[in-house]
Amino acid sequence: MEIPYTVEAHPETGLNNGKIGIWLFLTSEVMLFGALFATFIMLRIGSDGNWAAMQAEAELNIPLATLNTAVLIASSLTMVMAWASLMRGQLGRFKVFGWLTVGCGGIFLVIKYFEYTAKFEHHHYPESSTFLAIYFAMTGLHALHVIGGMAWNAYFTGPGSKLFHTNRQWLTDRVEHSGLFWHFVDLVWIFLFPVFYLL
Amino acid sequence: MSEHVDIDKQVRIYFLVFGALMVGTLATVGAYYLEVSVPVALTIGLFIASVKASLVACFFMHLIDEKKIIYWTLALTVAFFIALMALPLLTSVADQVGEFAEVEAHEPH
Repeated sequence: MEIPYTVEAHPETGLNNGKIGIWLFLTSEVMLFGALFATFIMLRIGSDGNWAAMQAEAELNIPLATLNTAVLIASSLTMVMAWASLMRGQLGRFKVFGWLTVGCGGIFLVIKYFEYTAKFEHHHYPESSTFLAIYFAMTGLHALHVIGGMAWNAYFTGPGSKLFHTNRQWLTDRVEHSGLFWHFVDLVWIFLFPVFYLL
Repeated sequence: MSEHVDIDKQVRIYFLVFGALMVGTLATVGAYYLEVSVPVALTIGLFIASVKASLVACFFMHLIDEKKIIYWTLALTVAFFIALMALPLLTSVADQVGEFAEVEAHEPH
C-alpha cells in the first residue's frame, strides 16, 4: 500500500508528511535547547557574581569561535543553494553544494575538536566549574546535532540522490526538510556563540 | 514554501541574507570589545543574535512564506518557550523577595 501525501500536500494542512513531521520535530528541539538555556540562566543568576571569573578561567578562544560561526553560516548558504539547484533541475550543482554543506559541517567539528583539546590540555573538564559544565553540555549536544545533520545531508547528496531520476520533487522536498534541520542547528549556534564566548 | 517560486530572486535574497549574517557576526564580536556594562552588553549581544536568527528563520527556513498550521504550531512553541525562560527568572525574583522579607522581619522597629 502506498503511503499518501509523501509528495502531494494534504488537503487539510496544505503540507506533505515530511514537512509537517520536520516542523513538529524542530518544535521539540526548541524545547530541548530551551530547557538547557533556562538551566544556563539559572546557573548564571545563582553564581553569586563568580560567572565572569569562571568564564575567564575557561579561556575560550573567541577568534576560533568566530571562524566557526562564519563556517556554519556559509554552510547554511550552501544548503539553500543545494535546494535551489534541485528546484532548477541541476543534479550536478546540487551535489556540489550538498558536499560543500557536509564539508562545512566537518570543518566546524574539526575546529571544535581543537577547542576541546585545548581545554583538556589545560585540565579544563566539565567537572572543573559550573561554567564549563554547561559549556560542554550545550556545545557538545550542538556538535551531536551537526554530526546528525551531516549524516542526513551526506545520504541525500550521495546514495539518496538516485531519487532524482525517479521522483525529483520528492528528493527536492527531502532536501528542503534536511535543510530546515541544518538551519535550525545554525540558529542554535547563533545564540550559543554570544552567550558563551562574548557575554 | 509555496510551490510557485522565482528561484533566481530567491538566490539573490539568500546571498543578501548571507552577507547580513556575516556583518551581524562581526558586529556581535565588535560589541564585545566595547567598554559597556554587562546589562548593556547582554542587550546588544542578544539583540544582534535575535536579528540574525530571524533572518535565518524567515529566509533560509522559508518561514516568510509558510502555511498557517506551521505558524500556529510555532506560536504555541514560542509560548511554551517563554514560559520555560520565565521560570528561572521568576524563581530568582521570588528568592530575592524572600531574602528582603527575612531582613525586614529581623530588623528592630
